[in-house]
Amino acid sequence: MTASEDHLDPALRAEALSSLLIERGLIDEATVNNFIKTYEQSVGPLNGAKVVARAWTDPEYAGRLLADGTAAIAELGFKGPQGEHIVVLENTPGVHHVVVCTLCSCYPWPVLGLPPSWYKDPAYRSRMVREPRAVLAEFGLELGEDVAVRVFDSSSEVRYMVLPMRPAGTEGLSEAELAALVTRDAMVGVAEAAAP
Amino acid sequence: MTGPGHADPAYLLDASGPAAPPRDNGELVFRAPWERQAFGLALALTDGGLIDWEDFRQALISEIGDWEAAHPSGEGWSYYERWLRALERVAGANGLVGPGAVADRAAQLAALPPGHDHE
Repeated sequence: MTASEDHLDPALRAEALSSLLIERGLIDEATVNNFIKTYEQSVGPLNGAKVVARAWTDPEYAGRLLADGTAAIAELGFKGPQGEHIVVLENTPGVHHVVVCTLCSCYPWPVLGLPPSWYKDPAYRSRMVREPRAVLAEFGLELGEDVAVRVFDSSSEVRYMVLPMRPAGTEGLSEAELAALVTRDAMVGVAEAAAP
Repeated sequence: MTGPGHADPAYLLDASGPAAPPRDNGELVFRAPWERQAFGLALALTDGGLIDWEDFRQALISEIGDWEAAHPSGEGWSYYERWLRALERVAGANGLVGPGAVADRAAQLAALPPGHDHE
């Protein structure tokens, strides 16, 4: 590629690619827009929060979730692209999990939506593996020395999601109230579930 | 299963009620219209069986790796630029667009008078 080519505005390149594909009848705009709309408006971390809340309130569901994440998540109706082979990592008082994708940005779309910009950033992807405690501290999560930190690198087919610990003092809350405590960051492992 | 595979994503929706979504913890998923477009094109091409998702993912890994090697400071990073380049690469390899066609068309679009709406 030439230097001038490299400096063409990506907006023009995207429009160029789109128009070429539409002219050849390979795609139609409605399908493209439908995917965009779905991921902008409908698929997001609230799906994952509902999975977590169910696992907190139903031990049998939690067992199924840890045994086969994709299947247990599909029980709640969440499936689709990037949802194959979801592995759920359970945080405990002694072990904290955090997720990264060092090579690209694999991410479990059906439960978390599309990844935030920091998840895709080169610095996050390289540093989380090398110095997870330091990076977690930058997110505001200080873990005690007695807590082991395990970093999981999403690979070609496995996409990880963290099952955070249920906060203390939430015994009386409903499943919907519990779901409201579960943030995207808690399910990536850079935060804990919020206290009510 | 090689990737996205449903023309109608309605099956993904959690239609309404209290479950209907604060979706992204307040963060915009796409920062510019062309990012949305690049995202939607990749899913539509995969959905139509015109590209293989794993081929695309490998191209994306390669684009990201090349960029990072050439930009050790990380300055100028744009995930969706890498995404778009990977998509162009796979579309070209699969014969969906001719060699140089995207750049040629982009240059034509750039030369259009202001106010042209690309229709």
